[in-house]
Amino acid sequence: MPGVISRLYRGDINIDFVGKRKVWYGLSVFLLAVSILGLVLNGLNLGVEFRGGSVFDFTRTPGSSIEQVRETVADAGVHQVIVQQAGPNWRVTTESLQGEEVTKVQQTVAKKYGITEDEVSSQVIGATWGGEVSQKAWIGLAVFMIAIMLYLSVAFEWRMALAAIVALVHDLVITAGVYAWSGFEVTPATMLGFLTILGYSLYDAVVVFDMIKEVTGKLGTSAKMTYTQAANNALSHTLIRSLNTSLVAILPVAAILFIGTTLLGAGTLKDLSLALFVGMVVGTYSSLCVATPILVTLKEREPKWQALAQRVHAKEAAAAKAARTAKEPVSAGSQNVTAQATDKRKKR
Amino acid sequence: MLILVMGATVALQKAFVPKFGLDLAGGTTVTLSPVLANGKAPSQESLDRAVTIIRQRVNGTGISDAQVAKANDNIVIQIPGAGRDEALRLVSTTAELRMRQVLAVAAATNQPAEVPTAAPTPSSSAAATPAATASESTPARQSAAPSGNASPAGRALSKALTAPSPDPSTSTRATTHRRAGAGAARAKASPSPSAAASPSPTAAPDDAGDPLAGQDTSGIDPALLDEFRKIDCTAKNRGQGALDDPNKQIVACSDDGTARYILDKAAVQGTEISGAQAGTDPTTGEWIVQVDFKSRGATLFADITRRITSLPAPRNQLANVLDGVVIVAPTIEEAIPGGSARISGSFTQKTATELADQLKYGALPLKFQQSSVVSVSSTLGQDQLRGGLIAGALGLIVVVFYLLLYYRGLGLIGMASLAVATVFTYLTVDVLSHNAGFRLSLPHIIGLVVSIGITADSFIVYFERIRDEIKEGRRTLRSAVEVAWRRARRTILVADAVMFIAAVVLYFLAVGDVAGFAFAMGLTTLIDIVVVFLFTKPLMSLVARLRFFSKGHKLSGLDAERMGRTSPAEQTLQEA
Repeated sequence: MPGVISRLYRGDINIDFVGKRKVWYGLSVFLLAVSILGLVLNGLNLGVEFRGGSVFDFTRTPGSSIEQVRETVADAGVHQVIVQQAGPNWRVTTESLQGEEVTKVQQTVAKKYGITEDEVSSQVIGATWGGEVSQKAWIGLAVFMIAIMLYLSVAFEWRMALAAIVALVHDLVITAGVYAWSGFEVTPATMLGFLTILGYSLYDAVVVFDMIKEVTGKLGTSAKMTYTQAANNALSHTLIRSLNTSLVAILPVAAILFIGTTLLGAGTLKDLSLALFVGMVVGTYSSLCVATPILVTLKEREPKWQALAQRVHAKEAAAAKAARTAKEPVSAGSQNVTAQATDKRKKR
Repeated sequence: MLILVMGATVALQKAFVPKFGLDLAGGTTVTLSPVLANGKAPSQESLDRAVTIIRQRVNGTGISDAQVAKANDNIVIQIPGAGRDEALRLVSTTAELRMRQVLAVAAATNQPAEVPTAAPTPSSSAAATPAATASESTPARQSAAPSGNASPAGRALSKALTAPSPDPSTSTRATTHRRAGAGAARAKASPSPSAAASPSPTAAPDDAGDPLAGQDTSGIDPALLDEFRKIDCTAKNRGQGALDDPNKQIVACSDDGTARYILDKAAVQGTEISGAQAGTDPTTGEWIVQVDFKSRGATLFADITRRITSLPAPRNQLANVLDGVVIVAPTIEEAIPGGSARISGSFTQKTATELADQLKYGALPLKFQQSSVVSVSSTLGQDQLRGGLIAGALGLIVVVFYLLLYYRGLGLIGMASLAVATVFTYLTVDVLSHNAGFRLSLPHIIGLVVSIGITADSFIVYFERIRDEIKEGRRTLRSAVEVAWRRARRTILVADAVMFIAAVVLYFLAVGDVAGFAFAMGLTTLIDIVVVFLFTKPLMSLVARLRFFSKGHKLSGLDAERMGRTSPAEQTLQEA
């Protein structure tokens, strides 16, 4: 294990991400299926912003219990009272209330727990609000996808754009799946997190693609490497960078998540950072194991690269034959890994 | 340089702490969504009008620092301080225009000093309108352009009401010599408080105790008479947003607080107005407002004008009530059957256009529903602010720690870049909040914290490139730094462009909090580019000259062991 860590530390590691693409595709298809199943069976636990309702927040006084708070609020003539603990506060969700009813609840609670009315935060959401939020989110998503497709097509090429978008959709579905199965509440802040994943998921992919473009750009007629091998090299090469950039992106989000859950309980901080956290982890995986393999799959269909691959394979076969006749083992080290991987591909 | 300039701005303005949004400072945020019968989007003009009306109502209640703004098709009202029920009620009622016959009229208050005399001077009528007086320097200016002032209700009618205005007899004369073509008849905006209130001083010049003295009170609900006697129209809130029942008589103030009225049941609803335009009278060249009615409205308007035109003043006035206040109460000079009326008076282009807008959009039944009402107590706001700041600090510390652990000496450069970016961001937010009305909210803070990652990403990309170059056998760090920069620069720009596109799309298409978050993200992406180009890269070039780094000291992050120059895997890549 220390060996692996120090190799990681030196940035000296060579994993055949592309060669194992069937494994990744399988894993991703499985995850997607589970996510979609979750979305269909469980659905998303939509927050009060989508259902419509009222939320009250106030400081938890010592000795108050959930039952007690529920009774107090119900005494104000309100129904569907749900009491939750949120950090140092009570969070009470009720049906959607009118102005005077809100005041009444605030007064009742303030009186009971010896706080002033102003210390009871309230939130009243009409049932259509969430609809508007999610409608805008969908439009935003669509516009973003188109804008990014165009941009990546210009900055790189359409295959890279397509691969990046597929990876993006993959991330979004799996993140949504995590929400469906875990029952985490989906609020507008969560949707915000979802939308932000867009940027981050692509960020990694863009860094990797930039490297692939550079490396494969050098691949001419010299038949040393196939596109697949070059892409895989580029990927391994940027692995440390990808992991590091993902890690420094995830660390602040983890900090928000930590503070959001421990200090404040439910709220914007937690909702947003949870979605971001899940999305970023999935996004890191997909930029390495989904985006690049898809790109390679697309690229290997191009005649130019097919021809190159044939030449390289012929050469390799000849070299292998020569090696067998010489009965000499292949040199040790990570070249070994590459050679094995190449063999596997040939068998397919 | 930029930082120095911004730092100086901050120091000069003595504005070291950015202003906070209501979710951090405590307060109520109301989001109103327009409801239209056919599900269409409301016109921007009608929304603007609604924003103006709501702003006037909120200002009328004396709440300071409230913000009323359009956000896409919604209107967002932010009221500092938690639990302002009154304000909530005010902002959520629908403004509808109604035309009511004037039954009685008097000056704004009962104080004798403020009752205009029979021959009012501009100064005495100004005394009755403290709100208007505040911003008016001279009586002369007042009569020249009274509605150009900044009084909360400085709208069209203040002109007609405060100008040393004709008494009813003058306006009658006006009718005779200004007769337009068939179809369009006209009404004259002449109800100056002086003229209207003249019966009062005549009856009891020194006893202004009863504003109704000398007026015909027949047919008026007795309860309203009391209310009328008590109402003080010089108060800041003159009843804006009051829900007036169209089937009842009401007491109302003029919108500039100079007069009070008792008004009959609504004769014509604003919904019956089909349009209103400001224009000039072709013969006299003076500004007028032309109002057109729909067919039912035309009939109703013809009926009411026919009925009241022969009545004595003030009962021949038809008040237009918008949002609980009388915006104009012209004297009807003749029956107007054609479905098209003209209001003349001493308008300027500005006041005429304003009145036309009020009539036109007051007529639009732009109903709102409260999409969301969020009131955050100041304690919760402080908690969230603290939470956001702690999260930011924690995030920074963890990232810095990781950078130092992984990149050693290079990590210091990264740390310095992060510090510069943090200071830069803080100053930007601060300057924006004091000069561009920016309010730091929780989503902003999260956006800023999250983008620590973006900033760090950029120099990680650069550092890795430098290490690549050294691994590939570039012997001197100085050349490696330059070559790596050329390659990293492109990657950084492409990646930042992706983030920026995301931020822009989110900003323009999102609702509420999302926009704030996107704004923070876009801002920090830009700052990141500035910092990487103008700070990290030059610093790296400088540092490359130091022995500590160029000789690959153990702690520099560039030592031979770290580079793994002999790695066979790297050889493979170089061959490619």
